[in-house]
Amino acid sequence: MGLRVNDLKVYYQTLRGEVKALDGVTFAVGDGEILGLAGESGCGKTTLGKSLIRMDGRMRHTGGTVELDGAELPIGDDRRMNRFRFSEVSIIPQYAMSAMNPTRKIGKMVADLLESRGLRYRNLAGELERRLDLVELPREVLGSYPLELSGGMKQRMVMVISTLLDPSLLIADEITSALDVSTQKAVARTLVGFRDRGFVRSVIFITHDISLTYQIADTIMVMYAGKVAEKARADVIVNAPRHPYTKLLISSLPEVGVRYADRKLAGIPGSPPSLLDPPTGCRFRDRCPLAHDKCAEEPPAVEVEPDHFVACWKA
Amino acid sequence: MRQYFGRKALIYALTFFVAVTINWMIPRFMPGDPIQGLVARAQVADPASVDAMRAHYTNLFGLDVPWWQQYVNFWAALLRGDMGISIWAFPTPVTDLIIRAVPYTLGLLIPAILLSWWAGNRFGAFAARRKWLDNTVLPIGYLLTATPYMWLALLLAWTLAILAGIFPVSHAYSFAVQPSWSWEFLGSLAVHWVLPFSSLFLVMFGGWAIGMRNLIIYELESDYANYLQALGARSRLVRGYAFRNAVLPQITGLALQLGTIVAGALVTEIVFSYPGIGHLILQAINNQDFFLLQGAFLFIVLGVLVANFIIDVVYTLVDPRTRIRMQGNAV
Repeated sequence: MGLRVNDLKVYYQTLRGEVKALDGVTFAVGDGEILGLAGESGCGKTTLGKSLIRMDGRMRHTGGTVELDGAELPIGDDRRMNRFRFSEVSIIPQYAMSAMNPTRKIGKMVADLLESRGLRYRNLAGELERRLDLVELPREVLGSYPLELSGGMKQRMVMVISTLLDPSLLIADEITSALDVSTQKAVARTLVGFRDRGFVRSVIFITHDISLTYQIADTIMVMYAGKVAEKARADVIVNAPRHPYTKLLISSLPEVGVRYADRKLAGIPGSPPSLLDPPTGCRFRDRCPLAHDKCAEEPPAVEVEPDHFVACWKA
Repeated sequence: MRQYFGRKALIYALTFFVAVTINWMIPRFMPGDPIQGLVARAQVADPASVDAMRAHYTNLFGLDVPWWQQYVNFWAALLRGDMGISIWAFPTPVTDLIIRAVPYTLGLLIPAILLSWWAGNRFGAFAARRKWLDNTVLPIGYLLTATPYMWLALLLAWTLAILAGIFPVSHAYSFAVQPSWSWEFLGSLAVHWVLPFSSLFLVMFGGWAIGMRNLIIYELESDYANYLQALGARSRLVRGYAFRNAVLPQITGLALQLGTIVAGALVTEIVFSYPGIGHLILQAINNQDFFLLQGAFLFIVLGVLVANFIIDVVYTLVDPRTRIRMQGNAV
């Protein structure tokens, strides 16, 4: 069943008007699938992740539907959404380092959280300890304050807490950004392990690091300025991208064996358009080397090959 | 932990020494001669008698030796618990005067500090999550906390005592009753206590409520609050955590504010002719009473230091972060 997102629109209310951070996003994540969500900052990755679990005060659900395992998620209704949080949809936040209350022992905090959801800590304590063993955290962490844990330990602790109720969908938002490279790999592998053991059914892995996404994701979705640019199997995105933005994104990654002293690493000139008043037609037009007259019209997402969607007239 | 409190104790001892030294110096820098006033009170015309009296008093108060010796004598007497004899209320010992005044000052200060701190925190946290309350309470809170203690005291005395006649204007109890453990006396005491207490309470209440409101808003937007809400925790839990964490800076705030609060209480006592330490200080200044002034200041210094020390201890007990840093052990 998995997740089906249909023409989702989420706007930010600001004093200068509506910022169209998500403007008609459609995609699906299947059972057991890890979807890597990539794109530069401001493209709507985090907004999408937040929309699926808890919108902040400035976000408005302006249109579209989200369906999880056949049931519609009331994403615009904070109160009704509570029933799905943690047990159906869960999140490992960007700020895992400071996600735990600094003045409460971790075990107590987990107990408070579970009891607040009407669950008994005692019934889940055994499972919690098994999972701590699995991520190689000593059981004593439950009796410590977050301050006493290292960054990597906090990250793993939050991963265990977030997945404790075996959610159907897990949103992992930039969880490796604050970690060093060797820890990044371990965290990514743990996430795959959680999927393989069935702790989580499907995962949306949000990151700006395409090379890390490639290692763990089944599918990669590239977003640009609040819209989906391209979505395909991970190897297809990296080896045979069709959208010009994806191509530029991939070609701006450093390659092994190339000396960049000789050849300058290519970037993408320009910056994304303002989402306060986005241009009509293709939003990548101004930066696109292939842009032509047709691009003044908005390109639809076309399935060029099975499970390979591209929103570009030239694809 | 031991090292921490050892260092703290040293700092407190040093502060005490410096403060007491300044206390000793201040009255001696005041213009005027206290002995002259005392002699004049006796109304003796004969110059020989005047000289004899002057010599007697100067010797009695120990003012006939060089200033450094006066200072050493002062410390020696202080360590024996002797704070000298009052010039204003000659020949009552300063210690007696202070002991008589202390219950009134503490009876005003302690309830006013604790109740305003408690109520201000509760109310600030409550106001932070209701927009209409926030919009009305915030300006009132700013107004209250910006009001000088003395001004609010005068305002209350004028409206509630003089115009409305609900409460008595001044003194700690009616002169019609004798101090005793009778209901009549206690009732009179309570009625006289209301206005000075309210003026202290209201000013402090505004400050704590505003502080708490801002802290709670900050805490409710913090990462741990967002995480808990994303996992669907009830707002009761999130608010409980936020309140507990927001109270910690308020405890430090209390320690920082103590000096100002005590000063405010002294002025309030003067407005209401309340027979506490503030009242004594006013008399001491008017009569150039070195020893009474020293004694009253000493009491205030000691009180503020002791209260600060208690807050230090409480803070380490309630904030695990300071405790863990002090022990310096991680898992």
